Amino acid sequence: MTAVAERPTTRDAVAAVLPEIADHVLVCANGFISRWACALGDRDANFYMIGSMGLASSIGLGIATARPEVPVAVLDGDGNVLMNLGSLAMTGVLAPARFRHVVLDNAVYASTGNQPTISSQVKLEEIARAAGYRSVARVRAAGEIAAALRAQLAQPGPSLLLIETLPESGPPPPRIPYTPPEMTARVGAAIARIAAPAPAGAR
Amino acid sequence: MQAGSLSGAELARELLAQGFDFFTGVPCSLVASLITALEPHGYVAETREDAALGLAAGAALAGRRPLVLMQNSGLGVSLNAIGSLQDIYALPCLLVVTWRGYEGKDAPEHLVMGDAMPKILDAMGIPWRPIDAQNAAADVAWARARLDGKPGPVALVVKPGVLA
Repeated sequence: MTAVAERPTTRDAVAAVLPEIADHVLVCANGFISRWACALGDRDANFYMIGSMGLASSIGLGIATARPEVPVAVLDGDGNVLMNLGSLAMTGVLAPARFRHVVLDNAVYASTGNQPTISSQVKLEEIARAAGYRSVARVRAAGEIAAALRAQLAQPGPSLLLIETLPESGPPPPRIPYTPPEMTARVGAAIARIAAPAPAGAR
Repeated sequence: MQAGSLSGAELARELLAQGFDFFTGVPCSLVASLITALEPHGYVAETREDAALGLAAGAALAGRRPLVLMQNSGLGVSLNAIGSLQDIYALPCLLVVTWRGYEGKDAPEHLVMGDAMPKILDAMGIPWRPIDAQNAAADVAWARARLDGKPGPVALVVKPGVLA
């Protein structure tokens, strides 16, 4: 088996990431990333960004800046990161310790028909390192994802894990079933709950 | 152009009094004194105006009442975020937008947006009004009431000379 054949699909990468960040507020980039996260592990603390391409990391950074005690993960894509490289700089400067950036890099704009991005020629995790992220890593095999994330979660963030993925060949995941205001309400409530957990003994 | 009769510190006091508590944006010289007054309150100097709207969206999800400062050139950069994030997700965000190119009197790069800005704000369905230096408390209170009534983007526009 070649190394390329071991690369996870977006679906398999999302499936490997979700259990590791189950206690995090999760901001998902638009397109198939949000749709896979919803299909595989929907929960109130997931924010599915359906428009505003590029801004998933800024939204996650806003939550982490407003509520530093709340762990925040961003499930991002290479196209989104390339559209808002300034967010890597902003994250490195604000440096929230509980901010985790996971970039699924399939080197294409999958939602619009797999047109290539330039990510195969740009080391996004090295840009994040230069911007001040405390730890960065790149993995190429599905079996490496959990261990790489756990190693980063054991250290203060911000961290960035880039996962090389294969473009999907199967049918696309279903669309997000919630209206945007419904997502705002449930994510807001989830953040409030995580920020102020029920006292011990409370039901 | 009237002499500025409202200080950045006075406007900041009104904003804080109305509960605004998360500040970010990209600077304009017309609001330099306001930025200075907001820096002790955690003002985040963002890299682009639309990234500032992303930051503000996250802050709003986390229960804060955000304000994004920008020049109207940055309004152009921000339109997709305003339309496909703040507006449709009903995320409250006060935009403080400077009116460069006001009445056609500015550097050439500001004239097109200076003329188009009111029409753009109206076309996007963004409630807005200019800040009156003599009546800033009422303007900020209006913005707060609009945000409470219908969470989303609301704009206060700063004409040249309003802010000292």
